[in-house]
Amino acid sequence: MDAQNIIIINGNEFSFEPGETILQVARRNDIDIPTLCHLKGATPTGECRICVVEVEGARTLMASCVTPASNGMVVRTESQKVIEARRLIIQLMLASGNHNCAVRGSDDKDWTQFQLSVQQEDNSSELCPVWGDCRLQDLAYRYQVSGERFPKTETLFPMETVNPFIVRDFSRCIRCGRCVQACNEVQVNKAINFGYRGASTKIVAAGDRPLKDSDCVFCGECVQVCPVGALVEKNARYEVRPWETKKVRTTCSYCGVGCQLHLHVKDDKVVKVTGVEDVAPNYGSLCVKGRFGFDFVNSSERLTTPLIKENGEFRKASWDEALDLVAKRFGEIKKAHGGDAMGVLTSARVTNEENYIANKFTRAVLKTNNIDHCARL
Amino acid sequence: MTNTIGCIEKADVILVTGSNTTENHPVLSAFVKRAVEFKGARLIVVDPRRIKLAGFAHQWLRPNLGTDVAWINGMMHVIIKENLYDKTFVENRTTGFQELKAVVEKYTPEYVAEITGIPAQSIIDAARMYAGAKAGSILYCMGITQHTTGTDNVKSLAHLSMLCGNMGIEGGGVNPLRGQNNVQGACDMGGLPNVFTGYQPVNNADAVKKMEDAWGVSGLSDKIGLKVTEMLPKAHDGELKSLYIIGENPLVSDPDLNHAEKCISNLDFLVVQDIFMTETTRLADVVLPSACFAEKEGTFSNTERRVQRVRKAVNPPGEAWDDWKITCEIATRMGYPMSYESSEAIFEELSKLTPSYGGITYDRIEEEGIHWPCPTADHPGTPILHSGQFPIGRGIFFAIDYIPPAEKADDEYPVYLTTGRVIYQYHTGTMTRKTDGLNDRAPGSFVEISPQDAEKYGLADGDLVNVESRRGNITARVNFSDKAVEGTVFIPFHFAEAAANKLTNAALDPVSGIPEYKVCAVKLSKAA
Ligand code: SF4
Ligand code: SF4
Ligand code: SF4
Ligand code: FES
Repeated sequence: MDAQNIIIINGNEFSFEPGETILQVARRNDIDIPTLCHLKGATPTGECRICVVEVEGARTLMASCVTPASNGMVVRTESQKVIEARRLIIQLMLASGNHNCAVRGSDDKDWTQFQLSVQQEDNSSELCPVWGDCRLQDLAYRYQVSGERFPKTETLFPMETVNPFIVRDFSRCIRCGRCVQACNEVQVNKAINFGYRGASTKIVAAGDRPLKDSDCVFCGECVQVCPVGALVEKNARYEVRPWETKKVRTTCSYCGVGCQLHLHVKDDKVVKVTGVEDVAPNYGSLCVKGRFGFDFVNSSERLTTPLIKENGEFRKASWDEALDLVAKRFGEIKKAHGGDAMGVLTSARVTNEENYIANKFTRAVLKTNNIDHCARL
Repeated sequence: MTNTIGCIEKADVILVTGSNTTENHPVLSAFVKRAVEFKGARLIVVDPRRIKLAGFAHQWLRPNLGTDVAWINGMMHVIIKENLYDKTFVENRTTGFQELKAVVEKYTPEYVAEITGIPAQSIIDAARMYAGAKAGSILYCMGITQHTTGTDNVKSLAHLSMLCGNMGIEGGGVNPLRGQNNVQGACDMGGLPNVFTGYQPVNNADAVKKMEDAWGVSGLSDKIGLKVTEMLPKAHDGELKSLYIIGENPLVSDPDLNHAEKCISNLDFLVVQDIFMTETTRLADVVLPSACFAEKEGTFSNTERRVQRVRKAVNPPGEAWDDWKITCEIATRMGYPMSYESSEAIFEELSKLTPSYGGITYDRIEEEGIHWPCPTADHPGTPILHSGQFPIGRGIFFAIDYIPPAEKADDEYPVYLTTGRVIYQYHTGTMTRKTDGLNDRAPGSFVEISPQDAEKYGLADGDLVNVESRRGNITARVNFSDKAVEGTVFIPFHFAEAAANKLTNAALDPVSGIPEYKVCAVKLSKAA
């Protein structure tokens, strides 16, 4: 350990690599500093300031995600001053839009008034679609604040619902900029950015056009990183609550990148897909097919029983009947013409195990090497 | 891929050719774009269309269709002439340099410009840029392989990489991008007519003996089998009597579809196993319903040779079964009992027979996949191939000359057609076309055309146009696009109702058997 590079956080000494931020050192050592705008792998912006910490000798609180650790630095991550600052930030955020989850206020009258105004602006009487799955709500709970301290500001921009995949609800946007970074620095699609100034700041696609008329390719990276309910998958909005689903990790079935994804399952149906963070090859990223192209799994057009063609028409058959027929016909052809008169096309879609079985069947049972797949097509 | 996806961000120069990466491998394209935007990498894109990635490139070279060997030889000509090649690598790791030097001698930038349409100076600049890299990565896809000279194209790219010492190093390599999730695995697992699993040749007596012993059979054929592109003509001639198709839809993906349909209809017996009714299942005698990826356990091997888990999330619909279970049942009923307790039990068997998978178990890949070759339980896997030696010892340079594509535009069919995919659809569309949102974004077939050509043929954006080749014709909507370059149109092949492959040429690469999807000649006329 290089004695030069020691930082003291909450009374304990930690070593750090030159260039590491206070946040990085803290995270590496399991010290929990809350963040909202910080996005791993992208340039820190210091936009939200929820990650502030007290640094001895500094006149103001410092945003830990942008402040490099330095030798001998003494940091406190949950001092009274820090807590007060975070509470204030949270209150301002809650007041900045339609944060109509239960943390908005406890005063009954105010709550009713508030809900009515949300309903007016939102055309919806529902609670926020990500209620219970929101980083801002988590923080409000953690620091025990409600939004009633400041009057609610007007919602300036209507919701955008005109594309098939993503609902953009600007009234719930806290302008943390994570989506902007995800789009520009992670996926590099350059579809969205900060637009307008000051209080009317809005995340916009070029020319403030709807996403469907922009460079957006609906990768959904922005949805996955949005800490609040401002960006939500259209097909999961109000349909899927996180505690009702189980997540199963698997590999995307489209292209050869092999992205790792979580299938969110409710009532034996896939209802949502997210990228698995922090593991290769995709580190949380997906494309539109991997994230939104799962309807086929539960399609009513799926084949559900074996079919046998008779007089040019298919009819349903039992497995026994269909398999016996296939085995019988294959056996006859093999006997009459030999295995080399038979062919098997296996698939670039099925698993390794299934390809192995097809290979074994072709070679050991049909006794031919006439096996290929259509990958080259 | 010889290297990993993550490796792309370690390259100084990236050469992308024949890959519309942002649409076909979107997440991988982000690695390329990040390398360029944030890591200072330089990007050379060589593609007949002005694809999105061209907008990120330091150089975009636009070759005429089917002239890849020529521009690659041209780059090597410049690199050798200007002494920019890696002498140590060439000396220690390769043979055949003199033959290569002799053949590329005549590919001067001017000569190459004539063939490819790429300005001579651009060839020189690209050659210098690529050769100047400490680590240069080459990425390619079907735009390189789907030609009658596909094998030559691939070899030429490997030569270029070896010449500059870019093999076996971080950030380098020659990296084919696999279009379908488990192409790599289908090849690794013996889904090829010439090899068992792990590329063990079927005409090698030891390999045959090994499989016979493991499977408890005798008399395995040691004769190389038929490729898919050979099976169809044999079916047509009546020599191939039956076909068992697992999860494929050759009746949209095959070249020269009209002919393919005739071939398949001529079979005595066709069994198709799939998750949906497709153009191919309709011709079957028996259709068997199978489970899809979300309904089964197993593994896929991705384009960087990483073996990853597939896990069951939901139950299959109705009576659909795992594909392996169906095949095993057929085998058993034919008198060869095959049964397994689970996909893991199958994996244990195949890893024993496949040296490159020998050290992989479900336990080891629970959290993160492993790159094969991984021969033993304590082997970490091999993210980068060829770092010490090539499997054959030295890398060989072959003398490869440019051969024109099988079909060239002429007076009757004056326009070139190339085919491919769009981001919102996948392959023959059987899966993606079930999602409304994807259809909303990419509702149907279209003909991407440059405004110049459109004017020449009197077409307006959105018009219905009739596209005709020597093999068939289709009707689709005109789509003006600045991706298109005058003289060449593009049609996606996802859409059965206006199948691009009714037009494409079934001329094959003599070695790989891959058809020339990327070049054919057509004529255009406004549809009534
Ligand atoms: S949409 Fe979400 S991620 Fe983007 S700025 Fe608003 S709150 Fe942050
Ligand atoms: S979906 Fe993807 S491309 Fe579209 S705005 Fe979000 S991050 Fe950008
Ligand atoms: S999410 Fe997209 S890029 Fe990733 S494997 Fe699936 S299809 Fe390929
Ligand atoms: S997380 Fe540090 S400023 Fe937002």
